[in-house]
Amino acid sequence: MIYKEPRFLSGGDHAIFIELGDSIDPDVNQRVRNLKLAIEKADILGVVELVPAYRSLLVYFEPLQISAAEFRETICNLLQSLASSELPKRMVIEIPVTYGGEFGPDLELVASHNNLSAAEVVRIHSGARYLIYMIGFMPGFPYLGGMSPEIATPRKTTPRLKISPGSVGIAGTQTGIYPAESPAGWQIIGRTPLELFHPNQEPPSILQAGDYLTFASITPEEFTIIRESVRKGTYQLAKKDIA
Amino acid sequence: MSTKVFEVIQPGPLTTIQDLGRSGYQQFGVPTSGALDNYAYRISNLLVGNAEEAAALEITLFGCQLRALRETMIAITGADLAVTVNGAPAPAWESLSLKQGDVLSFPRLSSGCRAYLAVAGGIAVPKVMKSASTYTKAGIGGFGGRPLHKGDILQANQSTTSVKVVRMLSEYIPVYGNQIEIRVIPGPQDDLFTEDGISTFLNSDYTVSAQADRMGYRLEGPRIQHKEGADIISDGIPLGVVQVPGDGLPIILLVDRQTTGGYTKIATTISVDIPRIAQAKPGDKINFKKVDEEQAVALLKKYEQQMETIKSRLYA
Repeated sequence: MIYKEPRFLSGGDHAIFIELGDSIDPDVNQRVRNLKLAIEKADILGVVELVPAYRSLLVYFEPLQISAAEFRETICNLLQSLASSELPKRMVIEIPVTYGGEFGPDLELVASHNNLSAAEVVRIHSGARYLIYMIGFMPGFPYLGGMSPEIATPRKTTPRLKISPGSVGIAGTQTGIYPAESPAGWQIIGRTPLELFHPNQEPPSILQAGDYLTFASITPEEFTIIRESVRKGTYQLAKKDIA
Repeated sequence: MSTKVFEVIQPGPLTTIQDLGRSGYQQFGVPTSGALDNYAYRISNLLVGNAEEAAALEITLFGCQLRALRETMIAITGADLAVTVNGAPAPAWESLSLKQGDVLSFPRLSSGCRAYLAVAGGIAVPKVMKSASTYTKAGIGGFGGRPLHKGDILQANQSTTSVKVVRMLSEYIPVYGNQIEIRVIPGPQDDLFTEDGISTFLNSDYTVSAQADRMGYRLEGPRIQHKEGADIISDGIPLGVVQVPGDGLPIILLVDRQTTGGYTKIATTISVDIPRIAQAKPGDKINFKKVDEEQAVALLKKYEQQMETIKSRLYA
């Protein structure tokens, strides 16, 4: 539920949270995105950095340029005019994934846990559209919403010490992609040949909070071809605008 | 134009290149990083005639040893690591001239935790996401994204100002004790703790544990009581916020912190006290004192005015 009035929570003398709702919900999250874009557009003196999350926006500011009280007032005004302001469209980004085998060693486990065949898990996982609620945890890591409960699977009891960059996994009712090598307790069902995070590109993350993504099943051969073209810098990300 | 300035003989436990940090990338999951003790770092640059935000070395604890590959002006600030040049004691908090071949050592910890070494012209490394700061966990920035290793060769930019020897005004050199009071503003989730919990937090002595690094300082001491639980819907993590997970023990989150997290946060350290945490080391005691936003901003204003005074007196 979206709050009637935003909650302002202190982040010390240099940051403030604007909490817009009480749950993990696409409408609340869209309002977070819209507020972020509106603050960027308003180009408010003293605003340093914006960090969107599920239901709140953390704003870092320079307290010697703008006071928290002045900032709160500006935000209340912006929120009132939010509905009528022009905002950039959201995008759907397609993430190619090779499921199963060495790419997704836990696919069979996820299937048997849910009394499904591996092919059915792939069909369900790649048949949905996922909202990128926020990026966090590690550079470029998306927190996604929208996975079918039919393929929900608990985390591994013993986490793997190392999973490959691009690993696509399931943890409980969540799904996600690891942009970098990491220890992980997630059930790994596939891997994408894309690099989600490039420190030397602007913006460095191909995924952004508020956009959507879909997974497209590809063969191991296609994985190799896409991987090569990602390395050469010639890969064209499949993305389209949505209303 | 940059030229070789130092060879790393020994890196010590953790020596990294840092600047003021990277701003604008937390939305992509990238922490700011940057010098943990912003005060000592900025002063080190001022002492060699650099812009405040020039890249410098952050030297954690003792053991680092460097060889000068050319004549250069440097300044060391922050923790007292009993600096020597060719084995003879050398002054900190003032500019210091090195000759080619001089060996600079940081052999012993006297006080504090992190020293800063600025070089006239600034350490030269490619900027990543607009900053020279090293974020070692993701291999971003600084010297190939990693701490310095034995044998690394550092480059410095040509200094554009003619550097004269300057000394920091002694009244502005901090003294690092073993017990610090850290001032905090309550929030963002102070309402999720019991009255007892808040009182425990504000009235107890905590000890810096061995898990204290640029990401955060885990503290040991009395457990802080939540009303219902420690989990929240994940949100952003401000610099200096005190997170209290389910075990009730506070963690002060610092420059290399994760950008988002799902634990309750009881209060946030005021800006001017971050450098004091940076100089605390395992075993030191911390207690927290509540202040309001107005007091925090007044203290910050005073801090920046002091920086201006230092600048004008150094260059008078």
